[in-house]
Amino acid sequence: MLTKDQIARRIAKEVKNGQYINLGIGIPTLVANYIPDELEVVLQSENGLLGIGPFPTEDQIDPDLINAGKQTVTMVKGSALFNSAESFAMIRGGHVHLTILGAMEVSQNGDIANWKIPGKMVKGMGGAMDLVASADNIIVAMQHCSRSGESKLLTECSLPITGLRCVKKIVTDLAVLEISPDGGFILQERAPGVSVEEIKEKTAGKLIIGGEVPEMVFE
Amino acid sequence: MINKTVKNAHEAVEDIPSDCMLMMGGFGLTGIPENCISALLERNISGLTIVSNNAGVDDFGIGLLLRKRMVKKMISSYVGENAEFERQLLSGELEVDLIPQGTLAERVRAGGAGIPAFFTPAGVGTEVAEGKESREFDGKMYLLESWLKADFSIVKAWKGDTAGNLIFKGTARNFNPMMAAAGKICIAEVEELVQAGELHPNEIHTPGIYVQRIFQGENYQKRIEQRTVSS
Repeated sequence: MLTKDQIARRIAKEVKNGQYINLGIGIPTLVANYIPDELEVVLQSENGLLGIGPFPTEDQIDPDLINAGKQTVTMVKGSALFNSAESFAMIRGGHVHLTILGAMEVSQNGDIANWKIPGKMVKGMGGAMDLVASADNIIVAMQHCSRSGESKLLTECSLPITGLRCVKKIVTDLAVLEISPDGGFILQERAPGVSVEEIKEKTAGKLIIGGEVPEMVFE
Repeated sequence: MINKTVKNAHEAVEDIPSDCMLMMGGFGLTGIPENCISALLERNISGLTIVSNNAGVDDFGIGLLLRKRMVKKMISSYVGENAEFERQLLSGELEVDLIPQGTLAERVRAGGAGIPAFFTPAGVGTEVAEGKESREFDGKMYLLESWLKADFSIVKAWKGDTAGNLIFKGTARNFNPMMAAAGKICIAEVEELVQAGELHPNEIHTPGIYVQRIFQGENYQKRIEQRTVSS
């Protein structure tokens, strides 16, 4: 089973040179730590910053400079600041190439649910609905099963939907899976030491296995 | 130049009535109008509908107005981090309209820009789409969303001049510029107020035409919600 940092490390391998990327709260934020130095990418924060830098040192902290998770951040050289309408114009306009976010559930046709648990959690969707409705490439980072052991990879989402048919790839603590255009989770890689059997057992939606499934490689 | 200066926060908010529609800039606790929120707390008003991306925290920002039961309805995109908010919502004391963040920003922008409605892909196929017109453009579905306007908007800027021109700092800009334009009366509080002519016209983020009242705030706390440092 992968740790959260290992999930982030595996997702970082999906990042390509020249991309503008939006990272969600939680595991997706960790992805920034593992993007290879030789890649030139720009991280977008939907509260109005292109070019998120590392977290600040104590004496660099600026309360007027935060990311969308409200964490204090710094700016890299060449950063730009803008208002929220402009920020979502660049998101909806398709200028952000890759969105990485967390989820409570993903369905086998790529629907995602991550904003509401009726009667329990009423925090709101923030920018997630705009992001999943707009980005060409959406990767989900999440645990394969909920804390109570229920599969989060389903035939259909049971929780209120955030976006339809938008997720392309999922990296969990057990596996890397791609959404098939015809519906289904195509098993691409398994976490070190995790068997195909275990992934089958813990995937409630349709799992597609085409031959030998390699183990993930961490350099 | 028209002088927009008022003495302080108390004078700026003294005529905000009960049951009105109010916009407040800020993302989390960054770029919120701290002085006007404090001044509102001393007013005996209630039934406010507040448009703001977030609802503050329990003991700061809009959370303070919630605690004093001055708010009837929140129009926001994300309202976590606030236990009193959650309590009022679950008990039915508070109404909440949750809107995708980009749709919220664009609805406010549209309100200030005289655009009554627009189509957006955010929320298609979700609860947000219920009761809304949808239409296909180039093979993709979009929802019709309408403008948002307010009786008063309250914004916070870094620098401003007596003509109402504003400059923001860092990510404290967020919803402030659109809200300035979408309020019938826009109140701007700034950290540093200078004479008209002292800010360079090339550097103005929000032109003074949108701002009706401006004053220099004081004692900014600028609370940090998630103090995160590099190890």
